[in-house]
Amino acid sequence: MAKILVKFSEERCKGCELCISVCPVKILKLHETKINSKGYHPACVTDTDKCICCCNCAVMCPDGAISVYKKD
Amino acid sequence: MKTIFEYTKGMLPEETTYCPGCTHGIAHRLIMEVLEEKELLGQTIGVAPVGCSILAHQYMDIDMCESTHGRAPAIATGIRRVHPDKIVFTYQGDGDLASIGVGEIVHAAHRGEKFTTFFINNAIYGMTGGQMAPTSLIGQKTTTSIDGRTQELSGKPLRMAEMLATIDGAVFVERVSLDSPGNIRKTKKAIKKAIEVQEKRLGFSFIEILSTCPTNWGYNPVKSLEWLRENMIPYYPLGNLICPEEVK
Amino acid sequence: MSEKVLMKGNEAFAEAAIRSGCRYYFGYPITPQNEITEYMARVLNNVGGAFVQAESELAAISMAYGGAVAGGRVLISSSSPGIALMQEGLSFIASTEVPLVIVNVSRGGPGVGAIQPGQADYYQATRGGGNGDYHLIVLAPSSIQEAVDMMPRAFAISEEYRNPVMILADGMLGQMMEPVTLPEPIQAVALEDIPKIKPWALTGTKGARPRNVIKSLYLKPELLEKNILRMQEKYDKAKKVLIEYKTDRLEDAEVVFVAYGSTARIVEEAIDLLAEDGIKAGLIRPISLWPYPYEAFDEIDSATKVLISVELSQGQMIDDVKIGSNGRYPVSLSGRVGGMLITPPEVVADAKKALGVK
Repeated sequence: MAKILVKFSEERCKGCELCISVCPVKILKLHETKINSKGYHPACVTDTDKCICCCNCAVMCPDGAISVYKKD
Repeated sequence: MKTIFEYTKGMLPEETTYCPGCTHGIAHRLIMEVLEEKELLGQTIGVAPVGCSILAHQYMDIDMCESTHGRAPAIATGIRRVHPDKIVFTYQGDGDLASIGVGEIVHAAHRGEKFTTFFINNAIYGMTGGQMAPTSLIGQKTTTSIDGRTQELSGKPLRMAEMLATIDGAVFVERVSLDSPGNIRKTKKAIKKAIEVQEKRLGFSFIEILSTCPTNWGYNPVKSLEWLRENMIPYYPLGNLICPEEVK
Repeated sequence: MSEKVLMKGNEAFAEAAIRSGCRYYFGYPITPQNEITEYMARVLNNVGGAFVQAESELAAISMAYGGAVAGGRVLISSSSPGIALMQEGLSFIASTEVPLVIVNVSRGGPGVGAIQPGQADYYQATRGGGNGDYHLIVLAPSSIQEAVDMMPRAFAISEEYRNPVMILADGMLGQMMEPVTLPEPIQAVALEDIPKIKPWALTGTKGARPRNVIKSLYLKPELLEKNILRMQEKYDKAKKVLIEYKTDRLEDAEVVFVAYGSTARIVEEAIDLLAEDGIKAGLIRPISLWPYPYEAFDEIDSATKVLISVELSQGQMIDDVKIGSNGRYPVSLSGRVGGMLITPPEVVADAKKALGVK
């Protein structure tokens, strides 16, 4: 069961891929099919279990689209 | 559920109209994070420049005013005279600070004005469509240097941090970069120190923040970070140039 | 009312501003108004205010905007070429709707021009100068006493209308010395009271109110149009309420002079000289230059044959004289330029020429 929850706001995401480029465990990607109302493929997590809670993605995101939570 | 990272309350929920991958979004957020953490949001007055970030007041949840091009340091001086107790900052781009506004920033540093200037250096003019900036690199192709900037015609790029660090009134001068999470975290530390310099009324604090402009550089956002790293950082070295003892 | 003192115009303007509750001044030296800057430098810091000598007029007008958005009562001053540098700032300040009083101690132009008095900034003051649809409210004193009495009104108008108010003086008024009774000082607004009087000002939200944003740029033209039309309501009100002028000896006058500022005093003497020659002459003296007192021209007597606009310029206010008189009379110009002052005998000669008498 994943301990870390990385939440993406699909609407805020502009598909810039900066988060994807800085994830050290390479678990982020742009959604292949979903398109938000701005016309971008939003970013999403592929394998939450591998997340190491470094927050690089959230720190890198220019649009406040990423939040990180830890389950107790 | 424990919150590890959430968007700061200093930024309004409104989605920005900045281009995808534009590092303004990161710079705005870092400043607002520092102000929120120090509980200074209600005590801060910001001056937005002419440039893409004239829209900053739509996103930053503090009292803000727009500025005429380049004059933000003079405007901040006027605000500071009326409110000796508030936190005041200007947020300016290349054209605003290093071109039309170069007189005002030098004199603000010269007078040791007790506010902070955040200088977004992305080596190009963003809002107006990609013209050459005083900070554009030799060889950099822009709409007004189609074959690449040459020293012969336009001189070498202007290093604002070094220039301002020679002025006694500028007591905190640092150059940082937004090209990686590590450098972004260092940027936030520098912003915190600059605000502390202001809180202690020590003098003028200045942070030059190397940033990207994917749209006008013609690279995707991820390649833009690489371009910044490979081309801008060697010419614009990162680090602190001057720091008062009180905030070291 | 307080004591009567002999004062230089420039210093009296500064003192009157301080007595009107002004506590912030940002200036750059330029002849012939430096005594205003120097007076403020000596006095303001001692009355709990702030003086900054800016690096240029471009910076000074920007500092003034900063002081004004922060809720301060601000005065700035300059002379013609410096006022030219401030035009962008004035358009900006009008568009952001913050108050400001600006004194132009005008000198001969164009360009760097003369250091002696001139009235060739009339177009600049009343027809814009900066870009876009806005107006400065412009008041023209013709004596130091009148300027001093005008100062508290200028601040009140600028704060009521949230628009810059210009006191268009000239080098003669700035440099001359006259006895003047200064107004009783009014209490400056305390810092903590600013949000009550100016709820729009940038004073820090303190977490207790939504943020205030002071802006000029509108990316949606529908919004800018709406804003300009709303601002026009202020200007329409000003045109009804702020008209000010004086008339003298219009009854049976064959020639009516129109003059403002210190030139009006030269014209008064010319009227006396003409009377000695058996020619009746009168004067319309606009005090508000914007809004211009066109209605004053309805008071002209049926005996009047000609109008003469007397100005230290190549003819700028004459346009408004023609609009006001609406083709009812021939209008001619009398004046000197380049820093030269016209003399009463020269005005007399111009009047006789206009009347076709020797």
